[in-house]
Amino acid sequence: MSRNLQLTDDGRLRHLLTLDGLPARILTQILDTAESFVSIGDREVKKVPLLRGKAVFNLFFENSTRTRTTFEIAAKRLSADVFNLNIATSATNKGETLLDTVANLSAMQADMFVVRHASSGAPHLIARHVAPHISVVNAGDGRCAHPTQGLLDMFTIRHYKGGFHNLRVAIVGDVLHSRVARSQIHALTTLGCPEVRVVAPKTLLPRDVESMGVHVHHKMETGIKDADVIIMLRLQNERMQGDLLPSAGEYYKNWGLTPDKMKRARPDAIVMHPGPMNRGVEIDSDVADGKHSVILPQVTFGIAVRMAVMSMVAGSGA
Amino acid sequence: MNLADPNQLIDQLAEQIRPRLQPDCALLGIHTGGVWVMEALVERLGVDLPRGVLDIAFYRDDFSRIGLHPEVKPSSIPFEVDGRHILLIDDVLYTGRTIRAAMNLVFDYGRPASIRLAVLVDRGGRELPVCADYAGVRMELEAGQNISLEQNDDGHLRLVMKKGAK
Repeated sequence: MSRNLQLTDDGRLRHLLTLDGLPARILTQILDTAESFVSIGDREVKKVPLLRGKAVFNLFFENSTRTRTTFEIAAKRLSADVFNLNIATSATNKGETLLDTVANLSAMQADMFVVRHASSGAPHLIARHVAPHISVVNAGDGRCAHPTQGLLDMFTIRHYKGGFHNLRVAIVGDVLHSRVARSQIHALTTLGCPEVRVVAPKTLLPRDVESMGVHVHHKMETGIKDADVIIMLRLQNERMQGDLLPSAGEYYKNWGLTPDKMKRARPDAIVMHPGPMNRGVEIDSDVADGKHSVILPQVTFGIAVRMAVMSMVAGSGA
Repeated sequence: MNLADPNQLIDQLAEQIRPRLQPDCALLGIHTGGVWVMEALVERLGVDLPRGVLDIAFYRDDFSRIGLHPEVKPSSIPFEVDGRHILLIDDVLYTGRTIRAAMNLVFDYGRPASIRLAVLVDRGGRELPVCADYAGVRMELEAGQNISLEQNDDGHLRLVMKKGAK
């Protein structure tokens, strides 16, 4: 279903809703295109005219400063007109349905919706109902997917490691509540990464995790041993209710990434984090700011990756 | 129709360019054929000028009709554009739209002192007020004809004529 929804009849990217089911060809094309956008940030004029005259609406039904800002920068560097709607405080609160909101914005000549929503599948629902010239980009939906974050992580890994075929990647932490982890696992498997590990206590892993083709580790020490890439996930306090974990301090002791635990990974390992970080909970400051960390480059690459996605979907309706 | 040997055309192009080379000149080749011509020209001219490559995919005027080219390559201008005399190099000059896009791209890096255009083949059929300052050969082709530069696996260049789709 989502596969057909995301691609045009001749196999081009129409919407970006999830990385699940996207062929390696498309993922690689996004990363290659992003490569060309990276250098634009160093130029005198940091813009290209690709989306001139197009209206991009950022529909954030859930707050996210970093993701919304990087989407806004990306759209502006493509010369689009960007409109930020903080829906959490507007029409929805007056009782308007999601599809009515979208219909109204479409009547304002929107060309693209960037959607963040707490409910899984909301971007799919919008994509199914928009006019043929409008594209939808998922900026995170519920526990389902966060495809541009997954893509920027792939871009970062490829940038520092040159490819995926000999890598051991460990995803550590709250996989259960993480839409980022799902997107990462799909992308890594599709791009040919031979060993994807998830490292977490049983209570923070989804029941079906093994069916995603990953190696499950319940101990940090073995989980990050000889890893080339360590992706730390945020402990999602606001999503966690009750008794999954004893305390943040206890979590740090067992699952926090410290310089000492880092010694088990490969000496040239990189450490990633989708942000925002909880320092002293899932990651120690000495690691977050240390030589293995590529956390800030991730943010910069995120702009180029979002430019690539937006220019590809915007050009697909042609 | 007999097509000229690109190497001879590049020889001629080099002879035209040589007397007019300025000291603070830089070369920019347009992906992909223009880059091949640029490299061959540098060999002929025997001077070590700063050079870069342009991919105009982000500046094309047909984006809204045909979308983004699937194989975009990064542009690279490893020198200061401001005040520089730039020689823009492409394989075939046809409608002039590629050159319009390339000039817009260059101006997003800075304000050059001048831009001149060198092409291997000027085939006529312009749709914009663009002309080549240097051309290996000038000819008038029908709208349905398409001439392009190709490179063999051994690096050898050849011109190919195709009928039909642009």
